[in-house]
Amino acid sequence: MSEGVVRLGGVTDFPPDPVIVAGLRNGDEEVFALLLDEWSRGMLRLARSYVSTAASAEEVVQDTWLAVIRAVGTFEGRSSLRTWVYRILVNTARRRGERESRTIPVSSVDGERPDGVPPERAEGGPEGAALAGEVRELIDKAVGTLPSRQRAVITLRDMEGYGSDEVCEILSISPANQRVLLHRARAAVRDHLAAYYDGKGGP
Amino acid sequence: MNCDEFAELVTAYLDDALDDSSRPLFLDHMARCSGCTGYYGQFTTTITVLGELPAPGLSPKTRSHLLTAFREASSEKPE
Ligand SMILES: [Zn+2]
Repeated sequence: MSEGVVRLGGVTDFPPDPVIVAGLRNGDEEVFALLLDEWSRGMLRLARSYVSTAASAEEVVQDTWLAVIRAVGTFEGRSSLRTWVYRILVNTARRRGERESRTIPVSSVDGERPDGVPPERAEGGPEGAALAGEVRELIDKAVGTLPSRQRAVITLRDMEGYGSDEVCEILSISPANQRVLLHRARAAVRDHLAAYYDGKGGP
Repeated sequence: MNCDEFAELVTAYLDDALDDSSRPLFLDHMARCSGCTGYYGQFTTTITVLGELPAPGLSPKTRSHLLTAFREASSEKPE
């Protein structure tokens, strides 16, 4: 990593956009690898809102990064770099999702196991671990049943922790629309959780 | 404010987006209604768990493919 990156690192230890953009334009591989490792998880999750399989989401993310490599010379800084990258991702994923919905039979979409939540990832004390793992899997599944616009918003806001302004910019939606989609998504996921606790006689 | 109206406003409340007239009505309803207090608790628990879900990353194959693509694109550019 170049000295500039270390010196200019902010509270999050993540370099500011001008440093990153300069690194990308100069072919600094460490800067590219940093971005790749920092953003790809969130990008995969967001892509999954629009396409039918995890493998398809991975291809969307790959195509997005290839587009970023080609186009970073044209980035003008009118939005943050992250917003710019995520907008490319959303366009790529939407196009692919539309193509898939015309060609893939519904049954093969429904048949896929929801991705994420590797079983060995349950953390914390031994007693809570099993329950926490179950609740996580349930919530992960519930998110998978949401319509894509709701899923995109809840992914960015609640799973990735982005602010509402950035989410509106990434998805090109109004603040009011963003809030409606987020609320519907949360309420639907909450319903799944409540049904689970009712079944268990739990809280 | 009734319970249905309360439930519709939870996200607006959490985003600090309730107007000055709705906010006290919202808080007043929650203080008096145990059902909505429970709903509110489940709602915020849901948000917390959503933030804790593990996210799988790129496969090593895709990652190394992209690093190679970056390297090749950089070496094609004039200095
Ligand atoms: Zn109530």
